[in-house]
Amino acid sequence: MISPPEIIPPLNLSGLHHDLLLEMYYRMLLAREFEEKLYYLFLTRPMPGTMHQATGQEAVAVGVISALQPGDYITSTHRGHAHCIAKGVPVNEMMAEMFAKRTGSCRGMGGSMHLCDFSRGMLGAFAIVGAGIPIAVGAALSAYVQHSGKVAVAFFGDGAINKGVFHEAANMAALWKLPVIFVCENNQYALSMTVEKSSAVTNLASRAAAYGMPGIQVDGNDVAAVYRNAFNAVERARSGQGPTLLECITYRMRGHARFESSHYRPAEEVETWKKMDPIQRLRQALIESQIAPETKIAAVEKRVEEEIDQAIAFAEQSEDAQPQDYLPYITLEVNHATT
Amino acid sequence: MRQLNMVEALNEALRQEMRLDSRVIIIGEDVGVFGGAFHVTHGLLEEFGPERVWDTPISEEGFMGVAIGAALTGLRPVVEFQYADFLFSAMDQIVNQAAKIRLMSGGQTNVPLVIRAPQGATGRGAQHSQSTEAWFMHAPGMKVVIPSTPYDAKGLLISAMRDENPVLFLEHKLLYGAASPGGGSALTDSSVGTVGYYVPEEPYCIPLGKADIKRSGSRVTVIATALMVHRSLSVAAKLAQQSIEVEVIDPRTLVPLDEETLSASIRKTHRVVIVSEDVSRAGVSAELAAWASGNLFDYLDAPVKCVAAKNTPIPFAPASEKAVIPQEEDITQAILQVLSDQ
Repeated sequence: MISPPEIIPPLNLSGLHHDLLLEMYYRMLLAREFEEKLYYLFLTRPMPGTMHQATGQEAVAVGVISALQPGDYITSTHRGHAHCIAKGVPVNEMMAEMFAKRTGSCRGMGGSMHLCDFSRGMLGAFAIVGAGIPIAVGAALSAYVQHSGKVAVAFFGDGAINKGVFHEAANMAALWKLPVIFVCENNQYALSMTVEKSSAVTNLASRAAAYGMPGIQVDGNDVAAVYRNAFNAVERARSGQGPTLLECITYRMRGHARFESSHYRPAEEVETWKKMDPIQRLRQALIESQIAPETKIAAVEKRVEEEIDQAIAFAEQSEDAQPQDYLPYITLEVNHATT
Repeated sequence: MRQLNMVEALNEALRQEMRLDSRVIIIGEDVGVFGGAFHVTHGLLEEFGPERVWDTPISEEGFMGVAIGAALTGLRPVVEFQYADFLFSAMDQIVNQAAKIRLMSGGQTNVPLVIRAPQGATGRGAQHSQSTEAWFMHAPGMKVVIPSTPYDAKGLLISAMRDENPVLFLEHKLLYGAASPGGGSALTDSSVGTVGYYVPEEPYCIPLGKADIKRSGSRVTVIATALMVHRSLSVAAKLAQQSIEVEVIDPRTLVPLDEETLSASIRKTHRVVIVSEDVSRAGVSAELAAWASGNLFDYLDAPVKCVAAKNTPIPFAPASEKAVIPQEEDITQAILQVLSDQ
């Protein structure tokens, strides 16, 4: 277990554009509010399916994706709401997908674990652990072959790094110097399994050495640090120097899924990590560095609350996905285009 | 018209489509410098260069995922597996990702890629011999193509490359008609003649989901794929000498299935034998038998008969391999049996 430091390190915001910082604050808060409202909805009414919260991990998604261009690609995981929100997927459509509505991002056919938005380079939340990693490498290969200048980011967890396919994908990306960034979101738990119990070498970034790529550990609850490191990795990828493994140390403040109680970890541990809340740390830094007065921050918070309330209203008012809605998406038809 | 063997026909399909469509890339083990384990990609690296022909490490799950990522972002990959048995190393990417993404995305994207894999029992033991088609018929979202002749192979492969969905394209090693560049002589089977060896030079498409009547007959319908088409044709030629006219139909694609052509034949003959090299249990023959019995029961004058591999991993010893794979005698017996049943 990685414990947070006794004294919470202050964020260094120097050199970062104020608009960027406020935008990151907004995105992180939007992701937090989206999931916390869903937590409440799952407790209080029948909701289809399940969900996995990234509460406490928002700085990883937002810090990394803020370093990307809109056309760049990402692949995500079953814990993917924050990645979507950081990539600009509309929360109305995401919320409607959670409600299995026809207006959802995936027309109600995907659900929380399969959210995607191809118009925004969000290639999918892949709910088989590790599966999105080679797919991001493939998107990077496309960018290389098409000379598009785009880069791809694979988000995955400390659990996924023990999948063989991570190593296969990392090797190919490094071998071919593809424009991809591997972001290992080390939230310290794969369901109940700690990194100590699952990985022979707990410094996960050190695995990059096997593939001759930079491996960097960063405070994943410090959005400024995540952003700066991601920015460098993106520059490196875009300029043809190949991939980077970025291990972001963070903490899963909620259970693995829905109301899972996390009985396998001490409550004090969760409380200690709550002091490292990435949103609170950025909020404090914005005020202390006089980048934004409290009133301006309060306005962001109000905007977020309104947007999530609107998203829920949009989802509630939308038409339910119907029994036959899956039919256009199956591939049994004879493809007459080839005749 | 020219005659080509299946390797030459497949190579020509790849080459012509790569010339027409710069989005087509080849990914797989030894597909570049070596030209493919069975020489299907011979010369493509030289013509199209390393940005179009990717020699990969031995990372089946990884390069399958890479191909999917490429397909999602504007390319049209053709992935080669050296042997169909190796598909099992990449099952998650094929079955959970490629096949499901179109539905999971609510139709935001298709996954236009082709997976080529050689299969069939050819004396290589259990891990280089399995017929895998039923595994992927069972994965909704996949199309499954299984050609029996060079002519069909070229037209079907071009169609597969132009399809918007993931297509598994299974090639039988005994039908390649060429030696492996790694050494050894060309694999042969006595039943394989030169049917379908005339191959037009220009690109052409055979639609996926269109069966082909390889031989017309009135007494019994034999539905067969790949090598079993040839064994069935050989049997049909011999039975014709006894005035038993057998109709041999090759579905050519198992998903989608040309139910129309198959049922028209069964309505005519009232008797059906299904011949497939994959195992009988939950296999191609079981599926087609269930389909025929369920949909055409009123037209059948005898129970549907299946001829398929025994439910065993393929043994190495040539005599044992022969014992578990359908032979001409097995097909003959099955035909005579359905003709004697009332």
